[in-house]
Amino acid sequence: MIQFQDLHKGFDGKRVLEGFTLEVRDKETMVIIGFSGSGKSVALKHVVGLLHPDAGDVIVDGRAVSALDRAGLTALRREIGYVFQFAALFDSMSVADNVALGLRRRGLSEDEIEARVREALALVDLTGTDARFPAELSGGMRKRVGIARAIALQPRYILYDEPTTGLDPVTTAVMDRLMIRTRQHLGVTGIVVTHDMKSAYSVGDRIAMLYEGRVRQVGTVAEIQESDDPVVRQFIEGRPE
Amino acid sequence: MLATRRTLPAVIAQIGRRAVAAVQAVGRVGHFFGDMGRALPDVGVWGSLLIVQMRRIGVDSLPVALFIAAFTGIVLALQASYTFTGTVPLYIVGAVVGKTLMLELGPVLVGLALAGRVGASNAAELGTMRVTEQVDALETLAYDPQSFLVLPRVLAGTIMFPFVVALGILVGIITGWLTSLALLHLSTAEFVKGLKFLYRFKDTWYSLLKSASFGFTITVVGCQVGLNTRGGAEGVGQATTRAVVYSAMLILVLDAFWAKVLL
Repeated sequence: MIQFQDLHKGFDGKRVLEGFTLEVRDKETMVIIGFSGSGKSVALKHVVGLLHPDAGDVIVDGRAVSALDRAGLTALRREIGYVFQFAALFDSMSVADNVALGLRRRGLSEDEIEARVREALALVDLTGTDARFPAELSGGMRKRVGIARAIALQPRYILYDEPTTGLDPVTTAVMDRLMIRTRQHLGVTGIVVTHDMKSAYSVGDRIAMLYEGRVRQVGTVAEIQESDDPVVRQFIEGRPE
Repeated sequence: MLATRRTLPAVIAQIGRRAVAAVQAVGRVGHFFGDMGRALPDVGVWGSLLIVQMRRIGVDSLPVALFIAAFTGIVLALQASYTFTGTVPLYIVGAVVGKTLMLELGPVLVGLALAGRVGASNAAELGTMRVTEQVDALETLAYDPQSFLVLPRVLAGTIMFPFVVALGILVGIITGWLTSLALLHLSTAEFVKGLKFLYRFKDTWYSLLKSASFGFTITVVGCQVGLNTRGGAEGVGQATTRAVVYSAMLILVLDAFWAKVLL
C-alpha cells in the first residue's frame, strides 16, 4: 500500500503540494488527474525518493520514504517500476540494453535477463526491436519500451507519469490496453498520473483529482464521472471556465 | 538621495543572495565528493564502465593532444633558436624544448584543450541526461548515478591524462628535434645533449602528477556541473560553457599550486 501523508513540497518559494493526502490500495490502479503544473508528477517522484518532501511523507508498505537510508531506498526502488513521461530511455543503449539495465543490477544471469527482456518486449508488442536504438523509434514505441523496462523488473508497484501525453488517439488506446494488460499479467499496484480523461476512465479503479496542492476529490470512475464538484466537472468536461 | 535609499537595500539583498548561492555551491561540491566517496565500494557497477571511459577520455583525445603537442614542439624549437642564436650554444634548444614541454606546456596546453573536449562532453552528456530524466531513470532502476556516471569518468580521466600528456610530450620533443635538424641545422647529438643537460627525474613525475590532477579536475567539474543542469537545451548549453570555463580556471590555479608546492 502507498500512502501520501500530508505531503508538502515547494520550489523556489512556489508551493506545489500543500497537504496532499491519498491512499493507494494493494492491487488497484489509482489515477491522479489534475491541471498541468498542479504537482501530479511531483507527488509521484516522492514515492521513489527522487524528491524529498518539505513536510509530510510517503509511506510504502510501512516504510517512510524520506527516512530511508541509501540501502533502504535502493531496496524500495527494486520493488517499483517507473515509467517516465518522455520514456527517459538511455540514448547510447539499444532497446534490449535499456530493458536489461535494471535486471543486471539485480544480479540475474545473462540467460535469465535475455528471457525477461524478450518476455517484456513481447508484452508491449515490440518483439524484434531489441537491437534498435531509442533515436530510431517513434514516441509511442519509446513509451512502450519504457513500460517494458519497468515490467521486466516484475515490480510490486508501477508508476506511470503521463503515459499517453503527446500520443495520437490510436497509440493512446494501445498504451491504455498495455497498462491494463500489465496489471492483469503481473497483478501490480499502479499509480497513473495523467490529464487524459479517456485514459483515466479506461485504466483506473479509482481517480483522485489534485487541485491547489491537495486532493480535491477521490472516488471510483463512476463517482468521478457523476461528481457535482464544479472544479472536477470543469476538468473532466474540459471546459475553459 | 532618495534613489540611493531605495537601491541600498536591493544591493544588500543582492549581495546576500550571491553569498548564499556561493555557500550553497560549496556545499553542493562537498556533497558531490561525499557521494563519490560512498560510491567507491560499488566496484561492480563502475568497474565494468571504466574501460569504455578510458577509451573515450584517453584514447579518443589523443589526436587533439598530439596535434597541439606537435606544433608546440616546433614553435618552441624555433623560438629558442631565435632567442639564443649568438648568445648561448644552440644545443640549449633541446633543453628548452624538453624542459618547457615537461614542466609546463605539455600538461597545461593539453589540459586546456581537453577541458574543452572532455569537460564539455561530460557536462553536455550528463546535463542532457539530467534534463531528459535519464538520471532519474537510473536512480529508479536502483543505480547510483555516482557509480554509473561519475566514478568511471573521474577515474578514467585521472588515469588516462598522464598517458595522454606523456605521449604529447614525446611527440613535442620529436617535432622539436625534427625542426632542429631541418631548420636550425642542429645535429641529433647536439639536440640530445641539450635534452639531457637540464633534465631531472623529478620533471617526469611532476609532469605526470600534474596531469593526473588536471584529469581529475576536468572530469569532476564536467560531471558535477552536468548533473546539476536545470532547464532544457539552454541549461545544457550554459552547463557546458560553465564546465569549460571552470575547468580552464582550475587548471591554471592548480598549475600555480603545484609549482609552488613541488618545485
